[in-house]
Amino acid sequence: MSAKKSILIINQSAPYGSSNGRESLDLALTCSIFEMPVSLLFVGDGLYQLINNQSPEQLQMKKHEAMLSALPMYDIDQIYVTAEDLSENDLTENDLAMPVTLIQRDVIASLIQQNDSVLTF
Amino acid sequence: MTIAFDEEGFLRDLSAWSTELAVEIAAAEGITLTEAHLEIITVVRDFYHQYQLSPAMRPLVKAVTLALGNDKGKSIYLMKLFPGSPAKLIAKIGGLPKPDNCL
Amino acid sequence: MTLHVINKTPSNLPLYHRMLNGLSAGDGILLIEDAVYAGLSAHQALFEGLPIDIKLGALEADIQARGLTHRLSPTFTLVNDKAFVQLSCEHDKVVSWY
Repeated sequence: MSAKKSILIINQSAPYGSSNGRESLDLALTCSIFEMPVSLLFVGDGLYQLINNQSPEQLQMKKHEAMLSALPMYDIDQIYVTAEDLSENDLTENDLAMPVTLIQRDVIASLIQQNDSVLTF
Repeated sequence: MTIAFDEEGFLRDLSAWSTELAVEIAAAEGITLTEAHLEIITVVRDFYHQYQLSPAMRPLVKAVTLALGNDKGKSIYLMKLFPGSPAKLIAKIGGLPKPDNCL
Repeated sequence: MTLHVINKTPSNLPLYHRMLNGLSAGDGILLIEDAVYAGLSAHQALFEGLPIDIKLGALEADIQARGLTHRLSPTFTLVNDKAFVQLSCEHDKVVSWY
């Protein structure tokens, strides 16, 4: 039996302004149902998906941070954010909706290398 | 007053749900609703309110384990109460959207 | 007087530069949709050195949705939908940058 393929999903889009965040989440949840190892990297504008205290009621959209915070329930807990993106936005881990693993930007290349497939949203 | 369902029988207006309605939806699925069913439905409705998602099977088992303990947090227990596809049936009876990625 | 409406995140720097280049004294800038992230204090360097009487605003619904209510730089005024309509009427032109 061959090992399941691992997948890295790179999120580089802000939430609400496009459907990229939702599509990425859908893919992550589907992969978890097939018990594929899933990692998520939030980089650039993608970091904004994780900012806490979102309140999209007026936009009549689902609260993105709420759905993201379900990831550990789907056994997805490899969630990466770069320290550089946080500091460039004057944000800290306390501004985020869920626990993440902080990495340096120069670790991204090895994350990409380590995974069998990489998809970007 | 008519209550709207989609083509698969999931409630369109989530706020239209009530325990009485759950009894009716369950009956149409051949299930006589008991307290044992309702406590699971409550767990799943709480999950939906927290995460805005109807849980698939794995997170469902996890959520039930967290809320009601290991004896109930088992697929076999959930399959007995909601035969066939528990995640889908619980969402349907609980007045929630069909779980995405439901196999 | 022109109202400049922008809707992309501040990572689209050339877009911001095009907008800023098109400003005249007395104009207004309104951040909407993904552009509201430009209202984070970390990005205020973008708006430094503007003609002093430029008014800065950000659409309230978009700010709230994205969790920025308490993170918006104080140089921006929150604008609700009604005020957005009013602003559009008060200015002779509305230019969208997207």
